[in-house]
Amino acid sequence: MPEQTRTVTFKNVSKVHAGGVTAVDNVSLEIAGGSFVALVGASGSGKSTLLKTVNRLVEPSNGEILIGGEAVTAEPPHLLRRRIGYVFQNVGLFPHMTVGENVAIGLRLAGERETAARVAELLELVELPPELARRMPDALSGGQRQRVGVARALACEPGLLLMDEPFGALDPVTRDGLGKAIRTLHDRMNLTTILVTHDMAEALLLADRVLVMAAGRIVADATPRDLLSGKAGAAADALIAVPREQAHRLAELEQ
Amino acid sequence: MTAAFARVPELLAQHLLLAFSALLLGLIVSLPLAIFSARNKTVARVALGFASLVQTIPSLALLALFYPILLWLSALVGGGIPALGFLPSLLALSLYALLPILRNAVTGLANLDPAVIEAADGMGMTRNQKLWLVEAPLVAPVLMAGIRTAAVWTIGAATLSTTVGQPSLGDLIFAGLQTQNWTLVLAGCAAAAGLALGVDALLGLAEFGIARRRRGLVWGSLGAMLTIAAVALAPAWPAARGTVTIGAKGFSEQYILARMIGHRLEAAGYKVRYREGLGSAVAFGALAANDVDVYVDYSGTIWTNQMQRTDVPPRAAIVEGVAGWAKATHGVTLLGSLGFENAYAFAMRSDDAKRRGIASLSDLAPQAGELDFATDVEFLERPEWAAVRRAYGLRFKSARPYQPTFMYRALGSGEADVIPAFSSDGRVAADRLAILQDPKGAIPGYDAILLLAPQRAEDGRFQAALRPLIGAIRVEKMREANYLVDRDRDKRSPDEAARWLASGLGR
Repeated sequence: MPEQTRTVTFKNVSKVHAGGVTAVDNVSLEIAGGSFVALVGASGSGKSTLLKTVNRLVEPSNGEILIGGEAVTAEPPHLLRRRIGYVFQNVGLFPHMTVGENVAIGLRLAGERETAARVAELLELVELPPELARRMPDALSGGQRQRVGVARALACEPGLLLMDEPFGALDPVTRDGLGKAIRTLHDRMNLTTILVTHDMAEALLLADRVLVMAAGRIVADATPRDLLSGKAGAAADALIAVPREQAHRLAELEQ
Repeated sequence: MTAAFARVPELLAQHLLLAFSALLLGLIVSLPLAIFSARNKTVARVALGFASLVQTIPSLALLALFYPILLWLSALVGGGIPALGFLPSLLALSLYALLPILRNAVTGLANLDPAVIEAADGMGMTRNQKLWLVEAPLVAPVLMAGIRTAAVWTIGAATLSTTVGQPSLGDLIFAGLQTQNWTLVLAGCAAAAGLALGVDALLGLAEFGIARRRRGLVWGSLGAMLTIAAVALAPAWPAARGTVTIGAKGFSEQYILARMIGHRLEAAGYKVRYREGLGSAVAFGALAANDVDVYVDYSGTIWTNQMQRTDVPPRAAIVEGVAGWAKATHGVTLLGSLGFENAYAFAMRSDDAKRRGIASLSDLAPQAGELDFATDVEFLERPEWAAVRRAYGLRFKSARPYQPTFMYRALGSGEADVIPAFSSDGRVAADRLAILQDPKGAIPGYDAILLLAPQRAEDGRFQAALRPLIGAIRVEKMREANYLVDRDRDKRSPDEAARWLASGLGR
């Protein structure tokens, strides 16, 4: 798939909630095809809302979103969403289906019947044993569930992967492992990935480009290296200060 | 004992047919409504509010309300909608089934894990796919619990459909209550309770199967239920042509006469079924609509209630007037009088009457303010009561309606001092009651008359079978027959009393 077909463009996107609260304030942005972008900010900064305008779980009040130059409103939302992988914090595995049925649901929606081989392949991709396919979701650990969530999102080979705090509910070890796995999948499958997180360290370590959001606006937009060298401005520096300081202290302890 | 249970299979079939149809209709209405409600808060408020409101109406009243509603609807579309029997029962019970199904479905849908719904949307499911692949399977166990509740309610409330002329296990309960035949009441209750428990158990098994995702169990239990239902319904199918429906109102004399008519028709080669416990207004309507082929009514009842007459001519003139009116307005044939009268006759305990020096309604009027009045369930609403009150200016200390049997009990035990007794009732003589004279002639004659449905107007064989009853029953015989059923010891069934009465016909 050519990279420009997976370029995501935001044009003057705003979202004002029913109560009059502005969640996203006139954001214009282009995310290049094939890049791994992290969207960082405190809770309530509007990062999740902005992400969800891409697969139309949130409809913007103003502006438009284009994927590969085509407006997302050009087709019915369910057809758009089948071409976009979506992973979120609460995973939302279907509790009445086995792991295998959960992973295969996208294929089933697309009309495929023989899904067993593909399910095994997808489980392997997220480093889960194939026999897990017959288990029910409630028999899995949190980390395993999120891996299944990722496998389910990737089943239909989307060019674009949206992740909304996917590691938020996981312990640090699982979190680190899953983060690395995602980055590997991104590279191997040549995805465009947008990752929403409140964890700056995670964003710096995984992404090619980090966007910092505050009060519905993009306040910093830079590579991890530029962010660390203080080229992205005061708001970004404040967010980086904490992980940087922690890293220094850990380094001192090791000596 | 066995006689009491003999009618159970037939009535069980009718009961099951009614309850199942009502449950099915309830499901057909409430499931789409539940889906609408889950997507629109206004719809949810209105639908749940309506269903709760329906639930506050006593089931007996709900059934009764459908009679005038359907009459009105039928008149609106130019006739053809039956206001009695199956249809009003079905509609009332379906409304009853709505609430538990609707409430459980709406609650179930509202309480689904939002993450699961977000995932369904995120995966690109359409509304329908989301409903069938995610929402329906997850709500099923809660929904099933609602269906169970609805099934049990519907089966219980279906016993009341007897009062609007739909046969059900309630026939046994009402007839038993009326004739104080507790075995009959027990038979009706046991059958209804057994049915409810059985259905509840099978649905419970299906619910368990859904919760544990064991499809075999779900289909097995539902299949078993449908099979049993199909077998149980077998007696309800042969509504073969040539089956005659005989109506009876809710007291002993009516049960006995209905059996006597039935026996004659069976002897003439007809298949016979009974619709018993009909209300006064319901009975005539059912006959005019051909839902009932034949029943016994009383000339004065038709004269005052259906014809709305307030004048009181001699007995023969009333019968003649009723015959002409019934034919002209409803095509109903009055085959003739049975030969006895069952009039309202005000009665007191004879010692009490003597002590107070009361022999007529005129004597009663000045003392009525100190006396308690017990009546049957409909008397206080009847025009006869209005006529008597107008003529004599009666005002009692209190007036309370009872089932006829308990009305006599109330008089006997001193809870009441005056009752409107029935002149053909065996208990008048047996309890040595004093009958008060009606010097102003305020109460019309109540000759027992045989009425035939419009569809039997030209049926020669049918009429020939019943003609021997005309003028053949003397009031003393009828009293005795009634007493056989009403007395407390050595009770006979209406069927036995009917055979006893037939054996002495004309003598």
